[in-house]
Amino acid sequence: MSEMEKMHAIQAINSALHQAMAEDDKVLVLGEDIADKEGGGVTGTTAGLSTKFGTDRVKSTPISEQAIMGAAIGAAMAGYKPVAEIMMMNFTTVAMDMIVNHAAKLRFMSGGQTNVPLVIRTMTGAGWQTAGQHSDFLEGWFAHTAGIKVVCPAFPADYKGLMLSAIQDPDPVIFVEGGGTFFIPNDVPSDQGPIPLGKANVVQEGTDLTIVTWSAQTVRAMMAAPAIAEAGISAEIIDLRTVSPWDKETVLASVEKTGRLLVAHEAVRNFGPGAEIAATVNEELFGKLKGPVRRLGGPTCAVPFAKNLETAFIVQPDDMVAAAKELMG
Amino acid sequence: MTELSNAPKPDGEALKDIYRRMLRIERNEDEILSTIRKGRLTMPYYSARGQEVIPATVSHFLNDEDQICTIYRGVQDMVAKDMPLKPLWAEIAGRVEGTCKGKGGGMHITHPETGVMVTTGIVGSSMPIANGLAWAAKLDGSDRVVVAYFGDGASNIGAFHEALNMASVWKLPVIFVCANNLFAEHTRYEDATSVDQISKRAIGYGMPGFTVDGNNPDDMYAHMAAAVERARSGEGPTLLECMTFRFRGHVLGDDDKYMTKEEKEAAMAADPLPALRQRLVDDGIATEEELASLQESLEQEVADARDFGLAGELPSEDELRRDVFAEEIPA
Ligand SMILES: Cc1ncc(C[n+]2csc(CCOP(=O)(O)OP(=O)(O)O)c2C)c(N)n1
Repeated sequence: MSEMEKMHAIQAINSALHQAMAEDDKVLVLGEDIADKEGGGVTGTTAGLSTKFGTDRVKSTPISEQAIMGAAIGAAMAGYKPVAEIMMMNFTTVAMDMIVNHAAKLRFMSGGQTNVPLVIRTMTGAGWQTAGQHSDFLEGWFAHTAGIKVVCPAFPADYKGLMLSAIQDPDPVIFVEGGGTFFIPNDVPSDQGPIPLGKANVVQEGTDLTIVTWSAQTVRAMMAAPAIAEAGISAEIIDLRTVSPWDKETVLASVEKTGRLLVAHEAVRNFGPGAEIAATVNEELFGKLKGPVRRLGGPTCAVPFAKNLETAFIVQPDDMVAAAKELMG
Repeated sequence: MTELSNAPKPDGEALKDIYRRMLRIERNEDEILSTIRKGRLTMPYYSARGQEVIPATVSHFLNDEDQICTIYRGVQDMVAKDMPLKPLWAEIAGRVEGTCKGKGGGMHITHPETGVMVTTGIVGSSMPIANGLAWAAKLDGSDRVVVAYFGDGASNIGAFHEALNMASVWKLPVIFVCANNLFAEHTRYEDATSVDQISKRAIGYGMPGFTVDGNNPDDMYAHMAAAVERARSGEGPTLLECMTFRFRGHVLGDDDKYMTKEEKEAAMAADPLPALRQRLVDDGIATEEELASLQESLEQEVADARDFGLAGELPSEDELRRDVFAEEIPA
């Protein structure tokens, strides 16, 4: 039995980075303010790394998202495994050329001669009153791009295990750190190893209804779970963990069993990743569904500032309970 | 043009090598154009006719370990760097024997064995990635240098500014080689650029910057020698703005309406390729026979490459599922 340590997500990521850098001297870390001189990252996620591994491998950068991504891409092509922080997910917008046209496509366009084994760590999520330019879940954009994997963990142990896998993955991975998952300490085995990308986790088994979700929305689904159970509904909750490539097998097996699916994400519902999951389930299980697939996501607007509006923007546990009841008819 | 003190001068062998690379570019391009005209190649082609001195002299200083990141007008840069022509031709013909299995095409040729790491169709994007390769060279403790090629128009995109700043702060072994051919697509340099010389922008990034006569092998040689020396000895990046002119417009089919007949004719009259050939003969560096035999062997190499490329197999549709990720996507 391995010992358990109580950690929150940020500590789990920090622990993964320390472990990865100690095990493999090809692992590099770069980003704005990430070295210890600059505080070890604005949330302390990279604290201690530059002191331990030196500022050649752990580099604070200018505020230059394109240059950060370019440096990571070039180093990755030359055999390194850079972990580049783009502080907030909204800031990926100013580096989209590097991410989408280059990191994601160089392996294909070069016919496999080059590859780009980098990780983009990026934080996001509503709930902090950071409004329209610091809160968006944009995982759907990246999931729509061939050649990059999208990881959205919810629990500390997954943060650690998935980060270890993302760093060793031979392809680019965007690793989304959802603000709504940050401050819930949880058990992480002291010997937590890599958790494979692309594998969902059934966090609660059930027979009436499947709920597919990830990142902060998984946390909210767990908050909704008791009320759903009280309503006499046996919900199976699947934490997707990796949004692309997503674990169709686990989701389809579950929906085949329950006949009902609710997909819930923090991202805007319109053209969101839930639509892809719903469409796939319809294509594969049409005759076996007991009702239409239901999607919950943010309204089609920017994440608002006012606390009441922001709360209304987020899919809340109560919304999930109501949707579950509706689905059961 | 900026003068360098104690500028190193190319000797006869160096000039011959630069000429060989220029002629390889020109003979190869000539064949590409005639093959396109015959309808046997379908690709957008961005000619570099007139700009050959730049990559030929730059490549004279590079070895196979040194790397380049180039752009859509970059076939010249690969040919100058002695990339083998067969996989290049198979690639532009969209064949599976191509260096990228026909999945990149002329705008995305990659050939790591000769250091051709990235060819981008996005203006400005060669520079940030060159930095990363250079960072890796530094971490490796190697004296490898990286060249980022780009045009004058690319110095107006954000990536240029971010990349130069970072390269300077991190003292990266990168040489930023800007081919200033006075036009960005159809836009004249001065109508879109805030300074009269791009090299002045280097001042803002704390790195040496020079405006060089990009059609003059001596000037290119002197500045490239200094830039490579700086990069290899860990002193950091250099920006070389190499003045030149493209004779065949932006892309094949371009009607050149945005330039005057006079300026184009003047540039073509000063064609650096025959000028260097003449100099080699006049200065007794090479004989007519030697040059004729060089030309013949290059033409043979190009013809063989063309035949190889056009005879290649079309990539199978399975390639759509390969190289997206390391693992093939199941059918
Ligand atoms: C980001 C981006 N914007 C626009 C284009 C379209 N485009 C292709 S080449 C070009 C002109 C670039 O001029 P310059 O940098 O001077 O290089 P040159 O083509 O003259 O070699 C433009 C605008 C592009 N490929 N990428």
